[in-house]
Amino acid sequence: MTEPNMPVTEDELHALVDNELPADRRAAVENWIETHPEDAARVAAWRTIGDSLHARYDAVADEAIPPSLELDRLASRPRSWMIGVAAAVLLAFAAGGAIGWLAHDASAAAVATAADPVTSMREEALAAHRLYIGEVRHPIEVRAEENHLLPWLSRRIGMTLRAPDLTKFDLKLLGGRLLPCVDGPAALLMYENEKGERVTLYATQLKAPRTSFRYQEADKFGAIFWVADNYGWVVSGPAGDKPRLKGIAMAAIEQGERR
Amino acid sequence: MIAFRPSVEAMIPALRRYARALTRDADIADDLVQDTLVRALRSERLFHGGDIRSWLYTILTNLNRNRRRSLARRPTISQFNEDDEAGANGTEAEGRDIERALVGLVEEQRSALLLVMLEGLTYREVAEIQGVPIGTVMSRLARARSHIKSSLDGEKVMLRRVK
Repeated sequence: MTEPNMPVTEDELHALVDNELPADRRAAVENWIETHPEDAARVAAWRTIGDSLHARYDAVADEAIPPSLELDRLASRPRSWMIGVAAAVLLAFAAGGAIGWLAHDASAAAVATAADPVTSMREEALAAHRLYIGEVRHPIEVRAEENHLLPWLSRRIGMTLRAPDLTKFDLKLLGGRLLPCVDGPAALLMYENEKGERVTLYATQLKAPRTSFRYQEADKFGAIFWVADNYGWVVSGPAGDKPRLKGIAMAAIEQGERR
Repeated sequence: MIAFRPSVEAMIPALRRYARALTRDADIADDLVQDTLVRALRSERLFHGGDIRSWLYTILTNLNRNRRRSLARRPTISQFNEDDEAGANGTEAEGRDIERALVGLVEEQRSALLLVMLEGLTYREVAEIQGVPIGTVMSRLARARSHIKSSLDGEKVMLRRVK
């Protein structure tokens, strides 16, 4: 049986408001605030915060869902999503509220630079890199040993994809997978060294003018990316080693050109 | 096995509400929700059960954190125009009070407070969404409530003086 006069902790006062108290403690805490007006006042004030939040924001949940958020539309036409977002960003920019948001920062998602396919591609590639290198059992879909890996990916992205030999970088090909991207599917090849550090090579059709090598860091990752002959490429790896990623990118180009 | 798309669709009103309270701007909020939905739809194949609600809140919270990281490069001093207060009726002024109080909170405190009080999630769910221990959620919540209480008490004092 719980001691009714056992001192009640601050945490328990909060938990009372949030219905997080274990059943056997609830009565004790409610008794406590009946005899401790200061604590009762705080609990009441916290409850009022909840009431104010609901009063101010519940109406939003009752609104009709705007067309821009219809799932069918979002699922089938990623491009129109980006256009809508660009318009909204410009609106925010004009209102002076989100100027910083337009600053170049890969971690701010594709939203800030929605109109630029190269940046969208780079961010897709980085998102894929970040997501799949962390996978232990399923980092890739088709293993390097399987003969159909490169013919399959090549067919899907519309060009002869070669997996560069990166042994001089101590990297071994694990395999690859297919992903959606801006102008069509993208091929992702994943390499790994003995320490388990992973590098990915991402290639996709891209309607964009040719660029030279560009480099961008985001969180703990770095990426070298470029566009050539209406194809975009991204080599992603750990941040802080631009020369190595550039070397890998050069190897990809050199070995790709050899026919 | 839950139906993925209907479950996601059912969450849209709540996500819009959470995003609006988090960002205080209707357009930015809906863009965050849109971004969240697109990512969720793209990841359908990777979602192998679990709580769709928590998952969606996590995506949205992380996207907002990314967005604010770019804003954090410059000092953000939100200045509310005092002239807006003139002639406001009771409910509008109260709505602005809570909104202004939210601005003063650190991002993690704001999202913890909203997820618990506005969205009705448990401490455990919020801990998963924020990626921290339950104790950290509770201390964020406590600090958020303390700051907001001071802020709202201060507002009351100001109104009294104006009269």
